[in-house]
Amino acid sequence: MTALELIWSGDPRLFQIVGLSLFVTLSATLLAAGAGMPLGALLALSRFPGRHALIVLVNGAMGLPPVVVGLVVFLLLSRSGPLGELGILFTPQAMIIAQAILIAPIIAALTRQVIEDLWAEYKDELTAMNVTGARRVATLLWDARFSLITSLLAGFGRAAAEVGAVMIVGGNIDGFTRVMTTTIALETSKGNLPLAIGLGLVLIAVILLVNALAWAARGWSERHAG
Amino acid sequence: MLARPMRERSKSLPIEFQEVTYAAGSTPILNAITLVISAGPPTLLLGPNGSGKTTVLKLAMGLLRPVAGRIHYASGAEVARRRCAIVFQKPVMLRRSAARNIAFALKAAARVPEAASIEHLLQAVGLGSVAERPARRLSGGEQQRLALARALARDPDVLFLDEPTASLDPAATKSVEDIIARTAERGVKIVMATHDLGQARRLAGDVVLLANGGIVEKAAATTFFRAPATPLAQRFLAGELIL
Repeated sequence: MTALELIWSGDPRLFQIVGLSLFVTLSATLLAAGAGMPLGALLALSRFPGRHALIVLVNGAMGLPPVVVGLVVFLLLSRSGPLGELGILFTPQAMIIAQAILIAPIIAALTRQVIEDLWAEYKDELTAMNVTGARRVATLLWDARFSLITSLLAGFGRAAAEVGAVMIVGGNIDGFTRVMTTTIALETSKGNLPLAIGLGLVLIAVILLVNALAWAARGWSERHAG
Repeated sequence: MLARPMRERSKSLPIEFQEVTYAAGSTPILNAITLVISAGPPTLLLGPNGSGKTTVLKLAMGLLRPVAGRIHYASGAEVARRRCAIVFQKPVMLRRSAARNIAFALKAAARVPEAASIEHLLQAVGLGSVAERPARRLSGGEQQRLALARALARDPDVLFLDEPTASLDPAATKSVEDIIARTAERGVKIVMATHDLGQARRLAGDVVLLANGGIVEKAAATTFFRAPATPLAQRFLAGELIL
């Protein structure tokens, strides 16, 4: 069976893998956004000792090697590790955590830049209106929403394409933690190229589709919100 | 809101600049100026570009801090600044509709953003028909009027205006000036920077001429335009460059 036949026939194994991949990646993106966006906004708007060092650290963490992140999360979640009692090693939850750690710095760093630029534009206006604290952060995040979509897409793309971390903490267990990237790596090594190519095509299609949807949503929103 | 009767004279005034100096880094902007902004008809700050007009407004609004001297507010700095509003030369439109920009300003002023209040403010500045249009897609004149409505949403005692018609065509300028005149008639103290002498003649109750970081002359508008007291003011009114 060729790769395209696998896709057109709706092969249940293939689509189970695609479904799990999407669940893990989207969950990780949401989790990373929840942590990364407020952190980025904090770095953009606050002034405190060590801020510059923290910015350098966050920017540097954008290039974290996935296998190192996987190893750290593995050590944390392994039975003898500090979080071993959670018992989530080799589960989708562990994969979500690893991917979230991997992409949170990307979202935080891009958010910081976006919010800092917007703050330079809004500073006088919001200060004159006595908009302070959490309301100021919320206003900036909301008004930067179209630009922040790009940071989410960057995070999503990185997570979707990642293989090292999820392989280590997920274990690539068939039917349970096997996602597109780990399956492609495994099936290629086994010589099962149709499935590997089929998944590769689906992976690319998913990333393109998510980007296209986000782009369309951004365009529509910009036309309606200015 | 603009249709309300004449309000009581502001308790936020006077605002007194006492030997106020301001510098941007190593560049001096204002040099020990003393100025009293009192209740009454509009005060127009005149002067060439770079004379410090915008800096005076931002200092009064609390957006900048003097490097020397002090600014005294009759009702205290915190209270007074809550009772002041400012419209910038290039106002920033929030990424939402015109109506939601007004709602935002009302909430920021701890006022309930009722639909009637929003509509009233938009009608007052002639933007009732574009309430749901994205603010950033409005024309320059419409954006300036929306910024005025946003400032008026604060129900200010003092309204600072920084060259609000600098980039507008004559029709839009007239429209903005009419709103300013009506606002002043309600007892809101207008303090406005401009380098447009015609506009100053139309709107000013009194005039402060700034140049080279200092106050050259302060006088009632009629006196200033009829018989300026200083040679620099005479040259300025004659259309000469004062550097």
